[in-house]
Amino acid sequence: MTTSAIIQFNNVTKNYDNNPPILDEVSFKIERGKFYTLLGPSGCGKTTILRLIAGFTEATSGEIYFNGKKINHIPANKRQVNTVFQDYALFPHLNVYENVAFGLRIKKMKKQAIDAKVKEALSFVNLHGYEEREIKNMSGGQRQRVAIARAIVNEPEVILLDEPLSALDLKLRYQMQYELRELQRRLGITFIFVTHDQEEALAMSDEIFVINKGKIQQSGTPNDIYDEPINRFVADFIGESNIVKGTMIADNLVEFGGKRFACVDRGMDPNEPVEVVIRPEDMEITTEENGMLNVTVDSQLFRGVHYEIGGRDQEGNEWLVQSTKKSVVGEKIGLRFDPESIHVMRFNETEEDFDRRLDSYSEEEANGK
Amino acid sequence: MENKLSRNLFMIPYALWIILFVVSPILLVVYFSFFDIEGNFSFINYKNFFTPVYMQMTFSSFWYAFLITVLSLLVAYPTAYLVTRTKHKHLWLLLIIVPSWINLLLKAYAFIGIFGTYGAANSFLEFIGIGSRQLLFTDFSFVFVAVYIFIPFMILPIFNALDNLNPSFVYAAKDLGASKWVTFRRIILPLTMDGIKAGCQVVFIPALSLFMLTRLIAGNQVITLGTAIEQHFLVTQDWGMGSTIAVFLIFIMFIIIGLTGFRKRGA
Repeated sequence: MTTSAIIQFNNVTKNYDNNPPILDEVSFKIERGKFYTLLGPSGCGKTTILRLIAGFTEATSGEIYFNGKKINHIPANKRQVNTVFQDYALFPHLNVYENVAFGLRIKKMKKQAIDAKVKEALSFVNLHGYEEREIKNMSGGQRQRVAIARAIVNEPEVILLDEPLSALDLKLRYQMQYELRELQRRLGITFIFVTHDQEEALAMSDEIFVINKGKIQQSGTPNDIYDEPINRFVADFIGESNIVKGTMIADNLVEFGGKRFACVDRGMDPNEPVEVVIRPEDMEITTEENGMLNVTVDSQLFRGVHYEIGGRDQEGNEWLVQSTKKSVVGEKIGLRFDPESIHVMRFNETEEDFDRRLDSYSEEEANGK
Repeated sequence: MENKLSRNLFMIPYALWIILFVVSPILLVVYFSFFDIEGNFSFINYKNFFTPVYMQMTFSSFWYAFLITVLSLLVAYPTAYLVTRTKHKHLWLLLIIVPSWINLLLKAYAFIGIFGTYGAANSFLEFIGIGSRQLLFTDFSFVFVAVYIFIPFMILPIFNALDNLNPSFVYAAKDLGASKWVTFRRIILPLTMDGIKAGCQVVFIPALSLFMLTRLIAGNQVITLGTAIEQHFLVTQDWGMGSTIAVFLIFIMFIIIGLTGFRKRGA
């Protein structure tokens, strides 16, 4: 085990009674000092992972390590992690100061030390001067900050955040995304952030774990996951995508929509059936004659920054294009895209195989040049 | 306009009820308290109330009501806590509440049977070798039966308070390093204090004026203000003195309600 891994899950399974598992043989490593996001639809098991790390629930099988020590049976109050809850869970009978000081008082710290730390934590989240405020007199955004201050004041090694931004309005949510990211950089503590909002995940994280049905589908940097989704679920869940059925003719050549296109994917069997992903923003609208693929426009929405144009090709595949240029419903248009914009996905490929295949040809390219 | 009219119309039954059965009896009680046993207007009853006899009674009323409240709380809080943890908590709650539907008098007579010289309690004491004791007509049996009767009334508000407690507060406390005991003392107890207060009010105030149990179970070994009122109205026919005690009881109740408070917590 590497020294920088702070949390490690080995084949962790969690199920209640005899129901199908909420987490199914999950293994991963969390490195020190990074911002991690567990991303997935509701009920996928992401919150269960958080609760297992916090110690609110115990794994049915598998091992959980923290700093190299197995912590499966260590109670929550003895763990070096703190949680920011979805509903903040600020104690309504205590004021801001006492909420933040709660953990320090339990550690029986000296009065002056508590005072200094609480003040520091509050100024960290821009709540200086709010010490005596009652929780019920604070706005959602302010409560959020108190909850964060209450977690960071204990100087934990890991902070767990359970969808903490979901109750805020859009503008405040954007602002808090910046603030959280900034806070994590300043503190250098490991953040594990749970969300179902893919935009939030892409904007804030160093690493994203995409989770579905109790399994980690793909893990990687936001760029990796956006550009090279491993399967249909990930491609669909993260960002808008066009996913069509195709055939991998040979390395660097794929067929879909009745035509053959050059691409940069390799390592599949000849004539293997595959799925092809092209992001709507990677396609350019042109005239019918210049198009690599021709579609008939059947819908157009104005989104402010761009138009969202929907159409169908001859084979009936749907295509979504984002363009600043307007088009006319019913008209035939051509679409152009680079070989790099095409991403080919195999069916049922595991993450290890996927990574190995990608590594093999990126090394080849590096050697060739 | 019409809305206001219909609302006033709906108020009539309530207002009638309050005037007939709450306000006028209190006024009558206050009125009667100013007449001595011969029917002359005087303050003699108020003077008499501050004699050692009545002070002793007031003190023992308070003492027993206090004992009954504390003991019911000690039984009710853990029970309510356990019930909120069970799977079918509302069913368990119902089972606890059911005995309170049975008439108080019936329950009192049942206890006479149980605590009597040849009752179940004494047979049990005999069986475990302690030997039979005088149980009925002692202050122990009085407190025991009163606590038994009041427990459901104490459990109900505490159960509601515990049930409304957001479980993430408990998780948050654990997360911040609090042990079970600290979580209870610093989080659960203060956040369910309103339930405890409501329960204590519901038990303490009626316990102050218990009179039937004092006769049936305690055999007049325990004389409370409630007993005194009953005796004055039914036996000595001194309505004036009975009313005066009632005035003091009402006064004390208002003080208790004021002290424990109907303070509402903001959202």
